[in-house]
Formats: sequence, structure tokens, C-alpha cells
Amino acid sequence: MTLANLIEPYVGRTGGLISALHEVQRVHGFLPEDTEAEAARAFNLTRAEVKGVISFYHDFKREPQGKTVVRLCAAEACQAAGGRDFIAAVEKKFALKMGETSASKDLTLEAVYCLGLCSCAPAAMVGDRLVGMADTGKIEKAVERAKKESAS
Amino acid sequence: MTALTIYLPLDSAAVAMGADDLADALQVEADKRKLDLNIVRTGSRGMHWLEPLLEVEKGGERVGYGPVNDDDAASLLDALTGDGGHAKCVGPVQEIPFFKNQTRLIFARCGVVDPVSVSDYEAYGGNAGLGKALKMDADAICAAVMESGLRGRGGAGFPAGIKWKTVSEAQADQKYIVVNADEGDSGTFADRMIMEGDPFTLIEGMTIAGIAVGATQGYIYLRSEYPIAARVLNEAIANARKEGLLGDNIRGAGKAFDIEVFMGAGAYICGEETSLLNSLEGKRGEVRSKPPLPALEGLFGKPTLVHNVISLCSVPAILDKGAAFYRDYGMGKSTGTMPFQIAGNVKQGGLYETAFGVTLRELVEKVGGGTFTGKPIRAVQIGGPLGAYLPPRLFDLEMDYEAMAANGAGVGHGGVVVYDDSVDLSDQARYAFEFCVEESCGKCTPCRVGSVRGVETVDRIKAGVDRDKNLTVLNDLCELMVDGSLCAMGGMTPIPVLSAVKYFPEDFGIKPAKQAAE
Repeated sequence: MTLANLIEPYVGRTGGLISALHEVQRVHGFLPEDTEAEAARAFNLTRAEVKGVISFYHDFKREPQGKTVVRLCAAEACQAAGGRDFIAAVEKKFALKMGETSASKDLTLEAVYCLGLCSCAPAAMVGDRLVGMADTGKIEKAVERAKKESAS
Repeated sequence: MTALTIYLPLDSAAVAMGADDLADALQVEADKRKLDLNIVRTGSRGMHWLEPLLEVEKGGERVGYGPVNDDDAASLLDALTGDGGHAKCVGPVQEIPFFKNQTRLIFARCGVVDPVSVSDYEAYGGNAGLGKALKMDADAICAAVMESGLRGRGGAGFPAGIKWKTVSEAQADQKYIVVNADEGDSGTFADRMIMEGDPFTLIEGMTIAGIAVGATQGYIYLRSEYPIAARVLNEAIANARKEGLLGDNIRGAGKAFDIEVFMGAGAYICGEETSLLNSLEGKRGEVRSKPPLPALEGLFGKPTLVHNVISLCSVPAILDKGAAFYRDYGMGKSTGTMPFQIAGNVKQGGLYETAFGVTLRELVEKVGGGTFTGKPIRAVQIGGPLGAYLPPRLFDLEMDYEAMAANGAGVGHGGVVVYDDSVDLSDQARYAFEFCVEESCGKCTPCRVGSVRGVETVDRIKAGVDRDKNLTVLNDLCELMVDGSLCAMGGMTPIPVLSAVKYFPEDFGIKPAKQAAE
């Protein structure tokens, strides 16, 4: 499917641009460079307007992400449950800082502000798998599992 | 082949604690035993320290087992096909004090029913409010909401009835109901739980609102961090359409209303209603100036009723049981029930729905059982990232909009985050600014730049650089942010900061003597 094909179904729908960007990212894992021009053409907007939308939202990525994205909650309820130490331990374990992708492009670490799992904090999301009362062991296991699933 | 029905939550918290893996393991084990196993995935009861909490029906009540995981699959099936005895059995779920002491008007069905089954919903009292609303005229519905005293549950506590009346009286060719399901406050998960566990309550509340104000289209603006809620909501909406609960002719009564779920894209600010409306129009989620009020010029410039999830989920009970019934719960001007969410460093975390007027102490000490680290509680933060940090000496405060406001705090969306004595409140004040740096939409300078300056100022205070001067700067900066920001992001970030300084001065290197002199 071309970018135009992915974007087209959302033209004319409420908030269509954001939904179209979600769809492009779902398929490509990030927003390829031409997304901006294609979306501008489809929605009859300027490229600046589209770029403004892309840059506003945390979800939209302009660079390829690691095969597995590990999102660690950095918000208050998780901080109260040892979240700061947990994040530091995960960073150390994978030798990556928050917001970084490994050289092998296997893994991206990123902060998320609340997954709604505040009563079983600290919380994380590895790929699409939720992890409650997380520790480095649970994260490592989930990363291994995600790797196996993407290989099969 | 013997048959066995079990209930296991599909709720994110249960899944994060291993509910999906347990379901898989139970199925494998059942196949081995040639057991006809029926796993009904429900919402969560809100007792998250027991998740995954598996339930079976026995003698007319639900008996629980938790927390259980995939390693327990074999022993659980042994127990459930035998006498039911198991080390992880917690007895009848309704009798667990955390659950038993609640008043569940909104969450009555959550954890009990199959969330996407209309027949389950109706078997447990669902759509009774809608049934009545379909026979009432629009003014009478608005009047009932007004009389109930319901206030917006998103944080501001604005009387819902006034908003409904305003939208209802506005003249336009199109009006909208927009649900703010961008539940970004850390420490809150009530919206998520009801959308995952009993989405028809929201659909019913929205439909009643649509009929009352004359809106035919509803949108649920859902944050992208809630994929399970998205799945359940979409399935429930599809089933509601099939059953004639949404569409051109609701239950044959000649009223039209439909709902679409819209996925946000990761921006805390989009929980602010005008930013949310911009985002729903596909734009940057920048805040709009008010007036015009969204009630008059909201989505695409049309009259729009914007409500938090829980506000609308309170509506079916008001219509069903009457405004007076609802108003009898609570205290003063805070009527009805509120699902409080107890989180952070707490032994028994979860959702506790009760009438307004409950004290903080009761919530964190009695219901929550203190910290899971076993250390003393030093602080709680109420109402999300823009809420105040309070010390134990204020724990006898009642959960009430006015009582909280009198102490510089707010009920917010009902989140209560517990910290033990290892917390450094200067770190938390710094974080409040950091979060504002990250999430400010950028429109107002006091918020966009002030938050950056705030981080720097707290750092100087922490490092002991010109402490007194910098504390003055901090106060001035907060005053400017409060006075000079359009919305609550810049206007309320000072609340956690200043409450931390006021109630925990020692963490900022302020000597107690100076505190007394202030």
C-alpha cells in the first residue's frame, strides 16, 4: 500500500488527519518522510500545518523505532512505588537512556506518562504487552518474548 | 464432558498482572482434562492487589481466587472441579471488606458482567435510565440532572445541569456530545476501568445526554495509552447498534444518536476540553480562549456538551433512581458518589466508589492499608499531577470539593497517590515543572517558559544557591503562571509545587523557625 492509499480512507472524517497518521505509523512503525507531503495533499492543508500536527503529539515518530519499544511510566504514582530507581535499573540493564534506540535497532526505551496501572505500579508496556509491578526481570522476560514473537 | 464457567478480568491491570497468560494456561490445562471450560472475560472489581482475581459462581455468589497466575492453572482446575478449596481462595468476593464497604452506583456491574453483552447489561439493571429518558421531554431530563447536584468529575466540579441546559437551549443545526476519555492524570484509572468493564454505562449516559440536549452525534476522545479500552468500547458500540440502542431510531422511540471512538495521540494537554476539541478536529491540541464556551461554540463551532467519562456514567443511575436518590449521597454541594482511586505506594490499591465526605485517612489507611513498603505514609497527592501534596496532619480532611479547595487542594478526578517517608518533596516539585515542560501546549508564555524556569529555580533551591531569593522567585513565578495561563496546565502546576513547599518546607532546606514566622 502506498502512503496515499493509507491516508485516503480518513479524508473527510472527524479528526481524519490524526487517524491517518496513526494508520501510517501502524503500518510503517514510524512516519516516513513523504507522509507530510502526502497528507498535506490529501487533506488540502499546507505542509507546515501537517508538520505542526506531527510534532505536537508524542505518539508520532519521524525516525524508525526499535523492533521492540519498551515504555516505562515516569509519572507520580509509579515514582511513589520506586519508579525512579526502576527506570535507572532498566536503563543500566539495556545500556540505553530513555528516548534512545539501540545501535542494532532492536530496542527503544521511552518514557510514558501514565498507563492507568497506578495501583500496580511501577508500570510498563513492552511492545503491546502491559507489565504491572514491573522490575528489570519482568522487563527482560517481556523483551525476550516480544523478540520471539516477532521472529515467528 | 464436564463444563465449568469461570470469570476472569480483561481489565488492563489484571492483564498487566498476568490474566491473559492465566487464561491461556487454564485453556491448555482444561483441554488436557477434556474439561469444557468457558472463560468469561469481565471487568475488574477494582481490588488490584488481588489481580488476577478469578471468580466462579457457587451457591448464588461469586467466590474469588487471587492473586493467581499461570503457574496456578492446574491446581485451580483441581480445586474448581473438586470442593473449591485452594490456598489462594479469598472467599465470597462481595464479602471482602474493601468491596463490601463501597457504594457502587457507577461501578455496580463492573467486574460482574461480560462488558460487551447487551443482555448481561440489561439483566443487571442496565438501560433502565435510558428507558425512562426516552419517555421524558428534554427539559425534564436536564432538570433531573440539575436537581441531582451532579458536578463534572473531570476535575473542575462544574455543575453538570447548567452545562446541559446551556447546550440544550443553544440553537444550531448540529450539536455534539464529546466524552473526555483522555484520562492522563497519574493515579487515576476510573475511566479506563468503566470503559473496559462496563462500557454500556457510558453509552447509556451519552445517549441520555444526546436526547436531553438535542445532539445526534457523540465522540469518545480516548487516549492511545488505553488499547484494551479501545477494543472493548468499539465492540460494545457495534453491539449497541445491533440491538437498536444506537442509530436512527433508538429503541423505536424515534430518537437518533450514534457514537464514534477517536484515538488521541499522546498529549496530556488534550485532557483540557478546548485542546481536546482542537485535537478531535485533527489539529494541534492547543488550548482555545474561553469564551466562547464549548457549550455554545465547541466542536467545529457547534454547541458541544463536553463531559468526563465518570460524569456521564453517573447519569443512568440519576435517571433510573431519581435525582433525590442520588442527591442523598455525599455532603454539602458534593452530591453522589465518586470512584476514588488509591494508588502509588499502597498495600491495597484499587478503585473505591463511595459517597463524598469520606476522609483521606479512611481512604489511605483503612481502605488502602498503608504503604506496601511498610514505612509510614509521608504524603499523598490528590487529583493528579496538578493536585496538592498533603501531609498526614491533614488526613482528616473530607473528600468534598469545598473542603479541599479551602486547603489549597482539589478532588480532581479522584486519584490519591500515596508516598512513604522516602519521598523528597523537592523532587516532586521539580517533577511538576518537568511534566509541564514536557506537556505544555506552548500557547501561553507563563506555562511554556515558566515551567522551564521553574525546574531551574527548584534546582537552585535544592543546591542551596541563594535559597531565600530563589524561594521568592519561585513564589512569583507560580503567581504569574496562575494569573497568566489560559488553562489548568499552567494555572495549576503551581499547586503541587506550592503545597510541597508549604507542607514540607524541610525538604527545601527551610528551617522550621522560618516556617513558624511565615
